[in-house]
Amino acid sequence: MLAALGPNHRHRQDHTMTERLKEINIEVFRYLPEHDDEPHFETYKVPFADNTSVLEGLQYIKDHLDGSLAFRWSCRMAICGSCGKMVNGAPQLSCRTFLRDYYPGKVRIEPLDHFPVERDLIVDQSDFLRKLEGIKPYLHSVKPRAIADGPHHQTPAELAEYEQFSQCINCLLCYAACPQYGLDNEFTGPGVLALLHRYNADSRDAAKAERMQVVNAEQGVWGCTLVGYCSEVCPKGVDPALAVNRNKICSTKDYFLRFLTPRGTRV
Amino acid sequence: MHKRSNEPVFWSLFGAGGVVAALLMPALVFVTGIAGPLGLLGDGALSYERVLGFVGSVFGKLFLILVISLTFWHACHRIYHSSHDLGIRVRRGRLALLFYGFAAFGTVLTVIVVAGIG
Repeated sequence: MLAALGPNHRHRQDHTMTERLKEINIEVFRYLPEHDDEPHFETYKVPFADNTSVLEGLQYIKDHLDGSLAFRWSCRMAICGSCGKMVNGAPQLSCRTFLRDYYPGKVRIEPLDHFPVERDLIVDQSDFLRKLEGIKPYLHSVKPRAIADGPHHQTPAELAEYEQFSQCINCLLCYAACPQYGLDNEFTGPGVLALLHRYNADSRDAAKAERMQVVNAEQGVWGCTLVGYCSEVCPKGVDPALAVNRNKICSTKDYFLRFLTPRGTRV
Repeated sequence: MHKRSNEPVFWSLFGAGGVVAALLMPALVFVTGIAGPLGLLGDGALSYERVLGFVGSVFGKLFLILVISLTFWHACHRIYHSSHDLGIRVRRGRLALLFYGFAAFGTVLTVIVVAGIG
């Protein structure tokens, strides 16, 4: 086993109980635009322990087997949202997915579904970022506050209205899970709609009317058919499907009540 | 860029139809299809005269029209959106016309038939 791991790995393995390491086949989606006409898969044999994540498997490949492999990662602890991949066909954060759960089968790693691939496992996130910017994902104060005004207090009930939606880490797993986004990427998508709700549901925010224009559009909440897979794959316990459904109600009220309320008073 | 969707109209009908389909329909199927024929409701509970009396009243007519037509809107909306899930992406406008047209036709037909009873 030591020989198979190569000289660079020997030192590390000496004190990680090499004998216990098993090997798993990781099948990786490869696409290097400078010399590949189309993507292909390559299989690598990777030693792993019980606590080896899929991300660490990829890092092993890059460090020891093929340095040209490209993938995004940063924090290794499900906080940064960078390392989302399709793992055996399901959207996962590769840092919180473990090789032991796939052994003795193989692991197939692909870039997140529904996004254009730039290189290997790296997708182009521009569409998501453009939509995120479009909802102004920050608090718009009702009126400017001076430091002397002190903190803007909220009751526990006001906090509960938006707290879960504020846990989003922009990892895009919900976009890879959403069949509607896959069919038509004009759809605003689960993550951005959940974040939109996070600000609209915040008692300190004053930009709801502006964001409702995004909600009310065909590409807003009405592009969703409530499949619900987005909420299943979210690694942070956010329920985008709930955010969308609450906003279907908001949008319906907005649709009918606009005939009854004077202009400018609607929220 | 953000054109307001008219979906709230159809979604509301879909939602109302969902309540009917999920809550009232099973009860109606049980009463008219199982309990009645098995004689669990007592003699003459679903007799011709009694049912005719119910359907002949304004409340009965309104009840039947709502139950039947909202179920049409519910089903047509669901099938229309499921067709998108199944990847049918061309001619959405015509498809909407077909499904919602069918629901509208069902509604008109229900009103005509039910109004004519009694």
